[in-house]
Amino acid sequence: MITNTPSGHLKRRIPPWLATPAFVAGTLIVLVALVWALFPSWFTSYDPIAVDTSVRCVPPSMTHLFGTDNFGRDVFARVVYGTGIDLKIGLLGTLIPLVFGSVLGMFAGYYGGVFDSLLMRAIDILMAFPFTILVIVIMTILGQGLQNVYIALWLVGWIAYARLVRGEVLVLKNAEFIQAAQVAGFTDARILLRHLLPNVVSSAIVFAASDVVLCMLTGASMSFLGLGVQLPTPEWGAILNEGRSYISYAWWITFFPGLCLAITGVGFSLLGDGLTDFLRTKGR
Amino acid sequence: MNQLNYAVKRVLQIVPVLLMVTILIFLMIHMIPGDPARLILGEKATNSAVAALRAKLGLDQSLPAQYFLYLKGLLTLDLGTSLTYQRPVTELLLVSLPITVSLTLISTVFSILVSFPLGFFAGMRKDQAGDQAVRVTALAAIAMPSFWVALLLMLLFGVKLQWFPVGGWGETPTEHLKSLVLPAFTQSLMTSALLIRNIRNSVVDISVMDYVDFARSKGLSNGAVKYRHILRNALISTVTLLAMRMAYMLGGSVIIETVFSLPGLGKLMVDSIFGRDYAVVQSLVFLFAFMVLVINLLTDLLYSCLDPRVKF
Repeated sequence: MITNTPSGHLKRRIPPWLATPAFVAGTLIVLVALVWALFPSWFTSYDPIAVDTSVRCVPPSMTHLFGTDNFGRDVFARVVYGTGIDLKIGLLGTLIPLVFGSVLGMFAGYYGGVFDSLLMRAIDILMAFPFTILVIVIMTILGQGLQNVYIALWLVGWIAYARLVRGEVLVLKNAEFIQAAQVAGFTDARILLRHLLPNVVSSAIVFAASDVVLCMLTGASMSFLGLGVQLPTPEWGAILNEGRSYISYAWWITFFPGLCLAITGVGFSLLGDGLTDFLRTKGR
Repeated sequence: MNQLNYAVKRVLQIVPVLLMVTILIFLMIHMIPGDPARLILGEKATNSAVAALRAKLGLDQSLPAQYFLYLKGLLTLDLGTSLTYQRPVTELLLVSLPITVSLTLISTVFSILVSFPLGFFAGMRKDQAGDQAVRVTALAAIAMPSFWVALLLMLLFGVKLQWFPVGGWGETPTEHLKSLVLPAFTQSLMTSALLIRNIRNSVVDISVMDYVDFARSKGLSNGAVKYRHILRNALISTVTLLAMRMAYMLGGSVIIETVFSLPGLGKLMVDSIFGRDYAVVQSLVFLFAFMVLVINLLTDLLYSCLDPRVKF
Protein backbone atom coordinates (compact mmCIF):
# COMPACT_ATOMS: atom_id res chain seq x y z
CA MET A 1 0.00 0.00 0.00
CA ILE A 2 1.36 3.34 -1.00
CA THR A 3 0.37 6.37 0.98
CA ASN A 4 1.28 9.83 -0.14
CA THR A 5 0.91 11.64 3.14
CA PRO A 6 4.25 12.60 4.73
CA SER A 7 3.25 10.96 7.99
CA GLY A 8 2.71 7.73 6.05
CA HIS A 9 6.30 7.86 4.80
CA LEU A 10 7.59 8.55 8.25
CA LYS A 11 5.60 5.70 9.74
CA ARG A 12 6.91 3.22 7.26
CA ARG A 13 10.50 4.13 7.96
CA ILE A 14 10.12 3.19 11.63
CA PRO A 15 9.03 -0.42 11.84
CA PRO A 16 6.12 -0.88 14.28
CA TRP A 17 8.00 -3.24 16.59
CA LEU A 18 10.64 -0.58 17.11
CA ALA A 19 8.12 2.07 18.06
CA THR A 20 6.48 0.17 20.94
CA PRO A 21 7.11 1.82 24.30
CA ALA A 22 8.17 -1.52 25.77
CA PHE A 23 10.94 -2.01 23.22
CA VAL A 24 12.15 1.58 23.55
CA ALA A 25 12.25 1.26 27.35
CA GLY A 26 14.15 -2.04 27.11
CA THR A 27 16.70 -0.55 24.72
CA LEU A 28 17.22 2.46 26.96
CA ILE A 29 17.77 0.32 30.07
CA VAL A 30 20.29 -1.90 28.31
CA LEU A 31 22.09 1.11 26.83
CA VAL A 32 22.40 2.78 30.24
CA ALA A 33 23.78 -0.46 31.69
CA LEU A 34 26.27 -0.68 28.82
CA VAL A 35 27.47 2.90 29.40
CA TRP A 36 27.83 2.20 33.14
CA ALA A 37 29.83 -0.88 32.31
CA LEU A 38 32.13 0.78 29.79
CA PHE A 39 32.71 4.14 31.51
CA PRO A 40 32.10 3.68 35.25
CA SER A 41 34.34 6.61 36.16
CA TRP A 42 31.98 9.04 34.40
CA PHE A 43 29.33 8.39 37.03
CA THR A 44 31.21 8.33 40.30
CA SER A 45 34.42 9.74 41.71
CA TYR A 46 34.58 7.15 44.50
CA ASP A 47 36.90 4.17 44.40
CA PRO A 48 34.80 0.98 44.57
CA ILE A 49 37.27 -0.89 46.77
CA ALA A 50 38.81 1.89 48.90
CA VAL A 51 37.97 1.35 52.58
CA ASP A 52 36.99 4.40 54.65
CA THR A 53 36.10 3.43 58.23
CA SER A 54 34.90 6.93 59.09
CA VAL A 55 31.74 6.49 56.99
CA ARG A 56 30.63 2.92 57.75
CA CYS A 57 26.99 2.01 56.92
CA VAL A 58 25.89 5.58 56.13
CA PRO A 59 22.35 5.68 54.67
CA PRO A 60 21.75 7.00 51.12
CA SER A 61 22.28 10.75 50.77
CA MET A 62 23.45 13.22 48.14
CA THR A 63 27.11 12.45 48.84
CA HIS A 64 26.53 8.68 48.84
CA LEU A 65 23.58 8.01 46.51
CA PHE A 66 23.20 4.36 47.54
CA GLY A 67 24.77 4.82 51.01
CA THR A 68 27.98 3.13 52.15
CA ASP A 69 28.73 -0.42 53.26
CA ASN A 70 30.29 -1.90 56.39
CA PHE A 71 33.77 -0.93 55.17
CA GLY A 72 32.67 2.62 54.34
CA ARG A 73 32.84 1.92 50.60
CA ASP A 74 30.41 3.86 48.40
CA VAL A 75 27.68 1.38 47.34
CA PHE A 76 26.82 3.38 44.21
CA ALA A 77 30.44 3.21 43.05
CA ARG A 78 30.52 -0.54 43.75
CA VAL A 79 27.28 -1.07 41.84
CA VAL A 80 28.42 1.01 38.85
CA TYR A 81 31.81 -0.70 38.69
CA GLY A 82 30.12 -4.09 39.11
CA THR A 83 27.88 -3.57 36.07
CA GLY A 84 30.57 -4.71 33.66
CA ILE A 85 31.02 -8.13 35.26
CA ASP A 86 27.29 -8.85 35.44
CA LEU A 87 26.67 -7.78 31.85
CA LYS A 88 29.62 -9.85 30.69
CA ILE A 89 28.30 -12.91 32.53
CA GLY A 90 24.89 -12.42 30.93
CA LEU A 91 26.16 -11.79 27.40
CA LEU A 92 29.12 -14.18 27.21
CA GLY A 93 27.20 -16.83 29.14
CA THR A 94 24.60 -16.73 26.39
CA LEU A 95 26.59 -16.02 23.23
CA ILE A 96 28.94 -19.01 23.32
CA PRO A 97 26.26 -21.64 24.06
CA LEU A 98 24.06 -19.98 21.41
CA VAL A 99 26.73 -20.55 18.76
CA PHE A 100 27.93 -24.01 19.82
CA GLY A 101 24.52 -25.36 20.79
CA SER A 102 22.95 -24.19 17.53
CA VAL A 103 25.74 -25.72 15.44
CA LEU A 104 25.51 -29.04 17.30
CA GLY A 105 21.71 -29.07 17.01
CA MET A 106 21.88 -28.26 13.31
CA PHE A 107 24.34 -31.06 12.54
CA ALA A 108 22.44 -33.56 14.67
CA GLY A 109 19.12 -32.67 13.09
CA TYR A 110 20.38 -32.60 9.50
CA TYR A 111 22.59 -35.68 9.48
CA GLY A 112 20.81 -37.76 12.15
CA GLY A 113 22.44 -41.15 12.71
CA VAL A 114 24.86 -42.07 15.47
CA PHE A 115 25.92 -38.50 16.23
CA ASP A 116 22.31 -37.47 16.71
CA SER A 117 21.48 -40.39 19.02
CA LEU A 118 24.63 -39.87 21.07
CA LEU A 119 23.91 -36.16 21.45
CA MET A 120 20.32 -36.75 22.44
CA ARG A 121 21.28 -39.39 25.03
CA ALA A 122 23.90 -37.02 26.46
CA ILE A 123 21.24 -34.33 26.72
CA ASP A 124 18.80 -36.75 28.42
CA ILE A 125 21.42 -37.45 31.05
CA LEU A 126 22.39 -33.82 31.62
CA MET A 127 18.72 -32.81 31.81
CA ALA A 128 18.27 -35.15 34.76
CA PHE A 129 20.14 -32.65 36.92
CA PRO A 130 18.38 -29.47 38.04
CA PHE A 131 19.97 -26.46 36.32
CA THR A 132 21.40 -24.81 39.45
CA ILE A 133 22.74 -28.14 40.76
CA LEU A 134 24.55 -28.79 37.48
CA VAL A 135 26.17 -25.35 37.56
CA ILE A 136 27.19 -25.78 41.20
CA VAL A 137 28.64 -29.24 40.59
CA ILE A 138 30.76 -27.89 37.74
CA MET A 139 31.88 -25.00 39.96
CA THR A 140 32.82 -27.53 42.64
CA ILE A 141 34.93 -29.51 40.19
CA LEU A 142 36.60 -26.46 38.63
CA GLY A 143 36.94 -24.42 41.81
CA GLN A 144 35.71 -20.95 42.74
CA GLY A 145 36.22 -17.83 40.68
CA LEU A 146 34.67 -15.72 37.94
CA GLN A 147 36.35 -17.57 35.08
CA ASN A 148 34.84 -20.85 36.18
CA VAL A 149 31.38 -19.26 36.33
CA TYR A 150 31.67 -18.66 32.58
CA ILE A 151 32.85 -22.20 31.94
CA ALA A 152 30.02 -23.66 34.03
CA LEU A 153 27.43 -21.57 32.17
CA TRP A 154 28.91 -22.64 28.83
CA LEU A 155 28.95 -26.31 29.75
CA VAL A 156 25.28 -26.20 30.75
CA GLY A 157 23.86 -23.54 28.41
CA TRP A 158 24.34 -25.24 25.02
CA ILE A 159 21.78 -27.95 25.84
CA ALA A 160 18.74 -25.72 25.37
CA TYR A 161 19.98 -24.37 22.01
CA ALA A 162 20.92 -27.78 20.67
CA ARG A 163 17.46 -29.15 21.48
CA LEU A 164 15.69 -26.12 20.08
CA VAL A 165 17.61 -25.92 16.79
CA ARG A 166 17.57 -29.69 16.26
CA GLY A 167 13.79 -29.68 16.57
CA GLU A 168 13.46 -26.88 14.01
CA VAL A 169 15.87 -28.56 11.59
CA LEU A 170 13.95 -31.85 11.81
CA VAL A 171 10.82 -30.03 10.66
CA LEU A 172 12.50 -27.99 7.92
CA LYS A 173 14.73 -30.78 6.60
CA ASN A 174 11.86 -32.15 4.52
CA ALA A 175 10.62 -28.76 3.33
CA GLU A 176 10.47 -28.26 -0.42
CA PHE A 177 13.09 -25.54 -0.58
CA ILE A 178 15.65 -27.78 1.13
CA GLN A 179 14.82 -30.69 -1.16
CA ALA A 180 15.13 -28.35 -4.12
CA ALA A 181 18.56 -27.28 -2.92
CA GLN A 182 19.59 -30.91 -2.53
CA VAL A 183 18.33 -31.81 -6.00
CA ALA A 184 20.17 -28.81 -7.42
CA GLY A 185 23.34 -30.43 -6.11
CA PHE A 186 24.31 -27.77 -3.60
CA THR A 187 26.97 -28.79 -1.10
CA ASP A 188 25.90 -29.65 2.44
CA ALA A 189 27.81 -26.66 3.75
CA ARG A 190 25.86 -24.33 1.47
CA ILE A 191 22.52 -25.89 2.38
CA LEU A 192 23.28 -25.73 6.10
CA LEU A 193 24.63 -22.18 6.10
CA ARG A 194 22.57 -20.45 3.44
CA HIS A 195 19.26 -22.27 3.61
CA LEU A 196 18.80 -23.89 7.00
CA LEU A 197 20.64 -21.54 9.35
CA PRO A 198 18.72 -18.34 8.55
CA ASN A 199 15.45 -20.18 9.06
CA VAL A 200 16.24 -21.91 12.34
CA VAL A 201 18.30 -19.25 14.04
CA SER A 202 15.46 -16.86 14.90
CA SER A 203 13.92 -19.05 17.58
CA ALA A 204 17.36 -19.58 19.09
CA ILE A 205 17.93 -15.81 19.19
CA VAL A 206 14.55 -15.22 20.79
CA PHE A 207 15.42 -17.76 23.46
CA ALA A 208 18.84 -16.15 23.91
CA ALA A 209 17.24 -12.85 24.90
CA SER A 210 15.58 -14.47 27.91
CA ASP A 211 18.67 -16.60 28.52
CA VAL A 212 20.75 -13.45 29.14
CA VAL A 213 18.57 -12.75 32.17
CA LEU A 214 18.91 -16.33 33.43
CA CYS A 215 22.70 -16.30 33.00
CA MET A 216 23.03 -12.98 34.80
CA LEU A 217 20.91 -14.22 37.69
CA THR A 218 22.78 -17.53 37.87
CA GLY A 219 26.16 -15.82 37.77
CA ALA A 220 25.09 -13.41 40.50
CA SER A 221 23.71 -16.24 42.62
CA MET A 222 27.02 -18.12 42.37
CA SER A 223 28.76 -15.03 43.76
CA PHE A 224 25.99 -14.74 46.32
CA LEU A 225 26.76 -18.29 47.50
CA GLY A 226 30.45 -17.39 47.60
CA LEU A 227 31.39 -19.61 44.65
CA GLY A 228 31.75 -16.96 41.97
CA VAL A 229 33.45 -13.57 42.04
CA GLN A 230 35.75 -13.29 45.03
CA LEU A 231 35.89 -10.30 47.36
CA PRO A 232 36.52 -7.39 47.21
CA THR A 233 35.79 -7.31 43.45
CA PRO A 234 32.51 -5.42 42.98
CA GLU A 235 29.81 -7.62 41.40
CA TRP A 236 26.09 -7.29 42.13
CA GLY A 237 25.63 -10.77 43.61
CA ALA A 238 28.78 -10.47 45.69
CA ILE A 239 27.78 -7.03 47.04
CA LEU A 240 24.39 -8.48 48.00
CA ASN A 241 26.08 -11.35 49.79
CA GLU A 242 28.29 -8.97 51.75
CA GLY A 243 25.37 -6.78 52.75
CA ARG A 244 23.29 -9.75 53.86
CA SER A 245 24.54 -9.73 57.45
CA TYR A 246 23.78 -6.03 57.84
CA ILE A 247 20.32 -6.09 56.30
CA SER A 248 18.39 -5.22 59.45
CA TYR A 249 20.12 -1.86 59.87
CA ALA A 250 21.76 -1.15 56.49
CA TRP A 251 19.20 -2.35 53.94
CA TRP A 252 20.71 -0.18 51.18
CA ILE A 253 23.75 -2.43 50.73
CA THR A 254 21.54 -5.28 49.53
CA PHE A 255 18.64 -3.30 48.09
CA PHE A 256 20.39 -1.36 45.32
CA PRO A 257 22.49 -4.05 43.63
CA GLY A 258 19.44 -6.34 43.55
CA LEU A 259 17.32 -3.56 42.11
CA CYS A 260 19.90 -2.98 39.37
CA LEU A 261 19.92 -6.70 38.56
CA ALA A 262 16.12 -6.71 38.34
CA ILE A 263 15.94 -3.57 36.18
CA THR A 264 18.64 -4.79 33.81
CA GLY A 265 16.81 -8.11 33.58
CA VAL A 266 13.56 -6.33 32.72
CA GLY A 267 15.46 -4.34 30.09
CA PHE A 268 16.75 -7.47 28.37
CA SER A 269 13.31 -9.12 28.59
CA LEU A 270 11.62 -6.12 26.93
CA LEU A 271 14.31 -6.07 24.27
CA GLY A 272 13.74 -9.77 23.72
CA ASP A 273 9.98 -9.34 23.41
CA GLY A 274 10.46 -6.65 20.78
CA LEU A 275 12.90 -8.90 18.94
CA THR A 276 10.39 -11.75 19.04
CA ASP A 277 7.71 -9.57 17.45
CA PHE A 278 10.19 -8.42 14.81
CA LEU A 279 11.32 -11.93 13.90
CA ARG A 280 7.73 -13.16 13.90
CA THR A 281 6.46 -10.47 11.54
CA LYS A 282 9.50 -10.82 9.34
CA GLY A 283 9.58 -14.48 8.79
CA ARG A 284 8.03 -17.64 7.52
CA MET B 1 -3.88 -52.11 28.74
CA ASN B 2 -2.14 -49.81 26.35
CA GLN B 3 -1.71 -47.30 29.10
CA LEU B 4 -0.15 -49.88 31.39
CA ASN B 5 2.26 -50.98 28.65
CA TYR B 6 3.28 -47.39 28.17
CA ALA B 7 3.81 -46.90 31.90
CA VAL B 8 6.04 -49.97 32.16
CA LYS B 9 8.02 -48.93 29.09
CA ARG B 10 8.45 -45.42 30.44
CA VAL B 11 9.69 -46.68 33.82
CA LEU B 12 12.21 -48.98 32.13
CA GLN B 13 13.50 -46.06 30.06
CA ILE B 14 14.73 -44.44 33.24
CA VAL B 15 17.15 -47.24 34.06
CA PRO B 16 19.87 -46.50 31.47
CA VAL B 17 19.69 -42.77 32.17
CA LEU B 18 20.00 -43.43 35.89
CA LEU B 19 23.03 -45.66 35.29
CA MET B 20 24.77 -42.97 33.24
CA VAL B 21 23.93 -40.45 35.96
CA THR B 22 25.66 -42.65 38.54
CA ILE B 23 28.75 -42.94 36.32
CA LEU B 24 28.92 -39.16 35.92
CA ILE B 25 28.51 -38.58 39.64
CA PHE B 26 31.08 -41.23 40.41
CA LEU B 27 33.59 -39.65 38.05
CA MET B 28 32.88 -36.21 39.51
CA ILE B 29 35.13 -36.78 42.51
CA HIS B 30 37.92 -37.94 40.20
CA MET B 31 37.57 -34.85 38.04
CA ILE B 32 38.42 -32.56 40.93
CA PRO B 33 42.15 -31.91 40.51
CA GLY B 34 44.30 -33.57 43.15
CA ASP B 35 43.96 -36.61 45.37
CA PRO B 36 40.41 -36.81 46.80
CA ALA B 37 41.69 -38.08 50.16
CA ARG B 38 44.17 -35.21 50.37
CA LEU B 39 41.44 -32.72 49.39
CA ILE B 40 39.18 -34.01 52.14
CA LEU B 41 41.82 -34.04 54.86
CA GLY B 42 43.49 -30.77 53.88
CA GLU B 43 47.07 -29.82 53.09
CA LYS B 44 48.44 -30.42 56.56
CA ALA B 45 47.36 -34.06 56.87
CA THR B 46 50.09 -36.68 57.30
CA ASN B 47 50.80 -39.14 54.51
CA SER B 48 49.72 -42.08 56.62
CA ALA B 49 46.37 -40.45 57.43
CA VAL B 50 45.81 -39.83 53.71
CA ALA B 51 46.70 -43.45 52.92
CA ALA B 52 44.33 -44.69 55.61
CA LEU B 53 41.46 -42.61 54.19
CA ARG B 54 42.27 -43.78 50.68
CA ALA B 55 41.92 -47.36 51.84
CA LYS B 56 38.73 -46.56 53.72
CA LEU B 57 37.12 -44.86 50.71
CA GLY B 58 38.35 -47.64 48.43
CA LEU B 59 40.46 -45.17 46.44
CA ASP B 60 43.37 -47.63 46.27
CA GLN B 61 41.36 -49.94 44.01
CA SER B 62 40.91 -49.74 40.24
CA LEU B 63 38.31 -47.33 38.83
CA PRO B 64 35.79 -50.01 37.74
CA ALA B 65 36.11 -51.73 41.12
CA GLN B 66 35.50 -48.41 42.85
CA TYR B 67 32.48 -47.76 40.66
CA PHE B 68 30.90 -51.11 41.51
CA LEU B 69 31.54 -50.47 45.16
CA TYR B 70 29.78 -47.12 44.77
CA LEU B 71 26.85 -48.68 42.90
CA LYS B 72 26.52 -51.40 45.53
CA GLY B 73 26.42 -48.70 48.19
CA LEU B 74 23.67 -46.84 46.33
CA LEU B 75 21.54 -49.96 45.96
CA THR B 76 21.90 -50.89 49.62
CA LEU B 77 21.42 -47.24 50.68
CA ASP B 78 24.84 -47.29 52.28
CA LEU B 79 26.17 -43.94 51.11
CA GLY B 80 29.17 -43.69 53.37
CA THR B 81 29.84 -41.41 56.31
CA SER B 82 29.84 -37.64 56.36
CA LEU B 83 33.23 -36.32 57.42
CA THR B 84 31.79 -33.08 58.78
CA TYR B 85 28.92 -34.53 60.78
CA GLN B 86 30.44 -37.97 61.46
CA ARG B 87 27.06 -39.55 60.69
CA PRO B 88 25.84 -41.86 57.92
CA VAL B 89 25.01 -39.85 54.80
CA THR B 90 21.68 -41.67 54.43
CA GLU B 91 20.63 -40.38 57.83
CA LEU B 92 21.50 -36.78 56.89
CA LEU B 93 19.56 -37.05 53.65
CA LEU B 94 16.48 -38.50 55.36
CA VAL B 95 16.39 -35.56 57.77
CA SER B 96 16.75 -32.93 55.01
CA LEU B 97 14.62 -34.52 52.30
CA PRO B 98 11.16 -33.74 53.79
CA ILE B 99 12.10 -30.06 54.15
CA THR B 100 13.08 -29.61 50.52
CA VAL B 101 10.17 -31.70 49.26
CA SER B 102 7.66 -29.65 51.29
CA LEU B 103 9.30 -26.43 50.13
CA THR B 104 9.02 -27.49 46.49
CA LEU B 105 5.45 -28.74 46.86
CA ILE B 106 4.22 -25.63 48.68
CA SER B 107 5.97 -23.42 46.09
CA THR B 108 4.22 -25.39 43.37
CA VAL B 109 0.83 -24.96 45.05
CA PHE B 110 1.45 -21.22 45.45
CA SER B 111 2.40 -20.92 41.78
CA ILE B 112 -0.71 -22.78 40.63
CA LEU B 113 -3.01 -20.73 42.85
CA VAL B 114 -1.57 -17.46 41.53
CA SER B 115 -0.92 -18.26 37.90
CA PHE B 116 -4.00 -20.17 36.79
CA PRO B 117 -6.54 -17.41 37.54
CA LEU B 118 -4.21 -14.58 36.49
CA GLY B 119 -3.07 -16.24 33.27
CA PHE B 120 -6.65 -17.05 32.31
CA PHE B 121 -7.81 -13.54 33.24
CA ALA B 122 -5.10 -11.94 31.07
CA GLY B 123 -5.65 -14.29 28.14
CA MET B 124 -9.38 -13.60 28.00
CA ARG B 125 -8.67 -9.85 27.92
CA LYS B 126 -5.94 -9.79 25.29
CA ASP B 127 -4.25 -6.36 25.01
CA GLN B 128 -6.66 -4.70 27.44
CA ALA B 129 -5.45 -2.86 30.53
CA GLY B 130 -5.80 -5.92 32.77
CA ASP B 131 -3.75 -8.05 30.39
CA GLN B 132 -1.03 -5.40 30.16
CA ALA B 133 -0.83 -5.07 33.94
CA VAL B 134 -0.49 -8.83 34.44
CA ARG B 135 2.13 -9.10 31.70
CA VAL B 136 4.29 -6.28 33.05
CA THR B 137 4.16 -7.74 36.57
CA ALA B 138 5.14 -11.16 35.26
CA LEU B 139 8.01 -9.65 33.28
CA ALA B 140 9.38 -7.96 36.40
CA ALA B 141 8.96 -11.10 38.50
CA ILE B 142 11.06 -13.13 36.05
CA ALA B 143 13.95 -10.67 36.23
CA MET B 144 14.09 -10.41 40.02
CA PRO B 145 16.92 -12.36 41.67
CA SER B 146 15.41 -14.84 44.13
CA PHE B 147 18.02 -14.20 46.82
CA TRP B 148 17.25 -10.49 46.69
CA VAL B 149 13.50 -11.01 46.97
CA ALA B 150 14.17 -13.43 49.83
CA LEU B 151 16.21 -10.85 51.74
CA LEU B 152 13.64 -8.10 51.23
CA LEU B 153 10.77 -10.34 52.36
CA MET B 154 12.84 -11.35 55.37
CA LEU B 155 13.43 -7.70 56.21
CA LEU B 156 9.78 -6.70 55.82
CA PHE B 157 7.84 -9.70 57.19
CA GLY B 158 10.51 -11.14 59.47
CA VAL B 159 12.40 -8.23 60.99
CA LYS B 160 9.94 -5.31 60.73
CA LEU B 161 6.47 -6.88 60.98
CA GLN B 162 7.59 -10.12 62.67
CA TRP B 163 4.80 -12.14 61.04
CA PHE B 164 7.10 -14.95 60.01
CA PRO B 165 10.40 -16.24 61.37
CA VAL B 166 13.54 -14.69 59.82
CA GLY B 167 14.96 -18.13 59.18
CA GLY B 168 15.40 -21.60 60.58
CA TRP B 169 13.01 -24.53 60.72
CA GLY B 170 11.40 -24.36 64.20
CA GLU B 171 10.34 -27.26 66.43
CA THR B 172 6.60 -27.89 65.96
CA PRO B 173 4.68 -28.61 62.72
CA THR B 174 3.04 -25.15 62.92
CA GLU B 175 6.46 -23.54 63.19
CA HIS B 176 7.69 -25.65 60.27
CA LEU B 177 4.80 -24.47 58.16
CA LYS B 178 5.31 -20.85 59.18
CA SER B 179 9.00 -20.99 58.31
CA LEU B 180 8.15 -22.32 54.85
CA VAL B 181 5.80 -19.47 53.87
CA LEU B 182 8.38 -16.84 52.87
CA PRO B 183 10.79 -19.28 51.16
CA ALA B 184 7.96 -20.91 49.22
CA PHE B 185 6.58 -17.55 48.17
CA THR B 186 10.02 -16.48 46.93
CA GLN B 187 10.48 -19.74 45.02
CA SER B 188 7.04 -19.46 43.45
CA LEU B 189 7.50 -15.93 42.07
CA MET B 190 9.43 -16.80 38.93
CA THR B 191 7.46 -20.00 38.38
CA SER B 192 4.16 -18.14 38.66
CA ALA B 193 5.36 -15.53 36.19
CA LEU B 194 6.44 -18.13 33.63
CA LEU B 195 3.20 -20.09 34.08
CA ILE B 196 1.11 -16.91 33.70
CA ARG B 197 2.83 -16.16 30.39
CA ASN B 198 2.30 -19.69 29.18
CA ILE B 199 -1.37 -19.92 30.17
CA ARG B 200 -2.11 -16.45 28.81
CA ASN B 201 -0.58 -17.24 25.43
CA SER B 202 -2.34 -20.62 25.21
CA VAL B 203 -5.68 -19.04 26.07
CA VAL B 204 -5.12 -16.36 23.41
CA ASP B 205 -4.24 -19.01 20.82
CA ILE B 206 -7.10 -21.34 21.73
CA SER B 207 -9.78 -18.61 21.87
CA VAL B 208 -9.64 -18.17 18.10
CA MET B 209 -9.77 -21.88 17.29
CA ASP B 210 -12.65 -23.25 15.21
CA TYR B 211 -13.88 -25.60 17.87
CA VAL B 212 -14.37 -22.72 20.28
CA ASP B 213 -16.46 -20.88 17.67
CA PHE B 214 -18.34 -24.10 17.11
CA ALA B 215 -19.01 -24.53 20.83
CA ARG B 216 -20.35 -20.99 20.99
CA SER B 217 -22.52 -21.36 17.91
CA LYS B 218 -23.92 -24.57 19.39
CA GLY B 219 -25.39 -22.26 22.02
CA LEU B 220 -23.21 -23.30 24.94
CA SER B 221 -23.15 -20.83 27.79
CA ASN B 222 -20.22 -18.47 28.03
CA GLY B 223 -19.00 -20.20 31.20
CA ALA B 224 -19.08 -23.64 29.63
CA VAL B 225 -17.04 -22.45 26.66
CA LYS B 226 -14.55 -20.67 28.89
CA TYR B 227 -13.90 -23.39 31.40
CA ARG B 228 -14.59 -26.60 29.55
CA HIS B 229 -13.18 -25.72 26.15
CA ILE B 230 -10.62 -22.98 26.59
CA LEU B 231 -9.15 -23.37 30.07
CA ARG B 232 -8.96 -27.15 29.99
CA ASN B 233 -7.01 -27.20 26.75
CA ALA B 234 -4.79 -24.34 27.85
CA LEU B 235 -3.72 -26.33 30.88
CA ILE B 236 -2.30 -29.26 28.92
CA SER B 237 0.85 -27.48 27.75
CA THR B 238 1.15 -25.92 31.18
CA VAL B 239 1.66 -29.31 32.84
CA THR B 240 4.96 -29.81 31.02
CA LEU B 241 6.20 -26.37 31.99
CA LEU B 242 5.14 -26.92 35.60
CA ALA B 243 7.16 -30.15 35.76
CA MET B 244 10.22 -28.39 34.33
CA ARG B 245 9.82 -25.65 36.89
CA MET B 246 9.49 -28.16 39.75
CA ALA B 247 12.84 -29.61 38.71
CA TYR B 248 14.29 -26.11 38.54
CA MET B 249 12.89 -25.24 41.97
CA LEU B 250 14.49 -28.34 43.48
CA GLY B 251 17.81 -26.91 42.34
CA GLY B 252 16.80 -23.41 43.42
CA SER B 253 16.48 -24.75 46.97
CA VAL B 254 20.26 -24.38 47.14
CA ILE B 255 19.88 -20.60 47.18
CA ILE B 256 16.56 -20.20 49.00
CA GLU B 257 17.48 -22.58 51.82
CA THR B 258 20.82 -20.87 52.27
CA VAL B 259 19.17 -17.46 52.63
CA PHE B 260 16.47 -18.67 55.02
CA SER B 261 18.77 -21.11 56.89
CA LEU B 262 16.37 -23.99 56.19
CA PRO B 263 18.20 -27.25 56.92
CA GLY B 264 17.07 -28.93 53.68
CA LEU B 265 18.96 -30.66 50.87
CA GLY B 266 20.01 -27.39 49.23
CA LYS B 267 21.62 -25.96 52.32
CA LEU B 268 23.26 -29.30 53.05
CA MET B 269 24.68 -29.18 49.53
CA VAL B 270 26.24 -25.73 49.96
CA ASP B 271 27.59 -26.58 53.41
CA SER B 272 29.06 -29.84 52.14
CA ILE B 273 30.71 -28.16 49.17
CA PHE B 274 32.43 -25.66 51.43
CA GLY B 275 33.24 -28.40 53.96
CA ARG B 276 34.65 -30.61 51.16
CA ASP B 277 32.34 -33.35 52.36
CA TYR B 278 32.31 -35.03 48.97
CA ALA B 279 30.46 -38.19 50.05
CA VAL B 280 27.50 -35.98 50.95
CA VAL B 281 27.79 -33.89 47.77
CA GLN B 282 27.81 -36.98 45.56
CA SER B 283 24.77 -38.49 47.28
CA LEU B 284 22.89 -35.20 47.13
CA VAL B 285 23.51 -34.78 43.40
CA PHE B 286 22.23 -38.31 42.85
CA LEU B 287 19.14 -37.67 44.94
CA PHE B 288 18.38 -34.47 43.01
CA ALA B 289 18.73 -36.26 39.67
CA PHE B 290 16.58 -39.13 40.90
CA MET B 291 13.82 -36.73 41.97
CA VAL B 292 13.89 -34.96 38.59
CA LEU B 293 13.57 -38.27 36.76
CA VAL B 294 10.59 -39.23 38.95
CA ILE B 295 8.92 -35.85 38.29
CA ASN B 296 9.42 -36.29 34.54
CA LEU B 297 8.03 -39.81 34.69
CA LEU B 298 4.92 -38.73 36.57
CA THR B 299 4.39 -35.84 34.14
CA ASP B 300 4.54 -38.11 31.12
CA LEU B 301 2.05 -40.49 32.70
CA LEU B 302 -0.24 -37.62 33.70
CA TYR B 303 0.05 -36.13 30.23
CA SER B 304 -1.22 -39.28 28.56
CA CYS B 305 -4.25 -39.18 30.88
CA LEU B 306 -4.93 -35.47 30.25
CA ASP B 307 -4.60 -35.52 26.50
CA PRO B 308 -6.18 -38.58 24.89
CA ARG B 309 -4.55 -37.65 21.59
CA VAL B 310 -1.16 -38.69 22.97
CA LYS B 311 -0.59 -42.15 21.54
CA PHE B 312 1.81 -44.61 23.00
